[in-house]
Amino acid sequence: MNETSSVTPSVSGGTIAAWRILLRGAGVLLVLFVFCFWAAKGYNRGWSQNRVPVKHLDPVTEIEFTTYEKRFVPGVDYLVGGSLIGAMLFSATFLGNRRLKIG
Amino acid sequence: MTYVPTALRSIAFAGFTIISAIAAPKSFDLKDPKGVNAIQFKLDSILEPIVGTANNITGAVSFDPAAIPATSGKVTVAASSIVVPNAKMNEHLLSAAWVDAATHPEISFAFTALSDVKSVGPNKWTASANGQFSLKGVTKDISVPVTLSYLSGQYGSRLGKPEMGGDLLVVRGEFSIARGDYGIKPGEKEENVAPVIQLTFALVGGAPKS
Repeated sequence: MNETSSVTPSVSGGTIAAWRILLRGAGVLLVLFVFCFWAAKGYNRGWSQNRVPVKHLDPVTEIEFTTYEKRFVPGVDYLVGGSLIGAMLFSATFLGNRRLKIG
Repeated sequence: MTYVPTALRSIAFAGFTIISAIAAPKSFDLKDPKGVNAIQFKLDSILEPIVGTANNITGAVSFDPAAIPATSGKVTVAASSIVVPNAKMNEHLLSAAWVDAATHPEISFAFTALSDVKSVGPNKWTASANGQFSLKGVTKDISVPVTLSYLSGQYGSRLGKPEMGGDLLVVRGEFSIARGDYGIKPGEKEENVAPVIQLTFALVGGAPKS
């Protein structure tokens, strides 16, 4: 009887530990991904852009005019938002009772 | 009584007609076939300035290179053509709290004459355009410093058809307005978005050869 009761909680404790590791890993990966994506798209320190202004020059009138190219450029809001979600995932694993009482 | 031969009178009349035709003001259409006309706006804000453009421009300028102060015209901008790089910010700008493009679809500036006209080069002048600026249903008298460049015979060349002839008029300018004066969040959120909007424009008007 004593053997049975000591085995069941240890399986449950192992499952919880795996979820903690997964969540922490996901949190770290998310932060890394968000940072790398933001950096790869040009370190935009302004707001995210859904379209990018492109300047042109009309040769006859010498008027500089702008057209917009549809592409996403992540900004500081994207970096901060993504990092916060990653940090929340990571820190969620520290919530609750981490120690399992066996037996 | 002085006798003037008939032939001489005919020549004088023809000359007068030609001069009158040349001197008559031309209407320059601001609906540019190449779509370069735009008004750029800038508001200082947290993180970075909000910079955007509005490029659906219509209107006309009546211009005579021999009578610059008599230049008049009206520029109309479709409010819905306001574009900023951030889509969410764009929605806010067009909403009722800001420009209210649905209720007030047009932003316009109408002027009837130019003052302080100065020649700054061949076919180039600076002046002040005094007129009425309308935004979000509010109209106010303002004075806009402008630079005019008259490009004689360039209309057709610009379109790749020099045989068409015609002239171009380029109008550039820069001015500022207080957003609160036009009912755009007066006195609100000034710590986040500047109360002054800086507007810059470069417009070309075309007058095909008639």
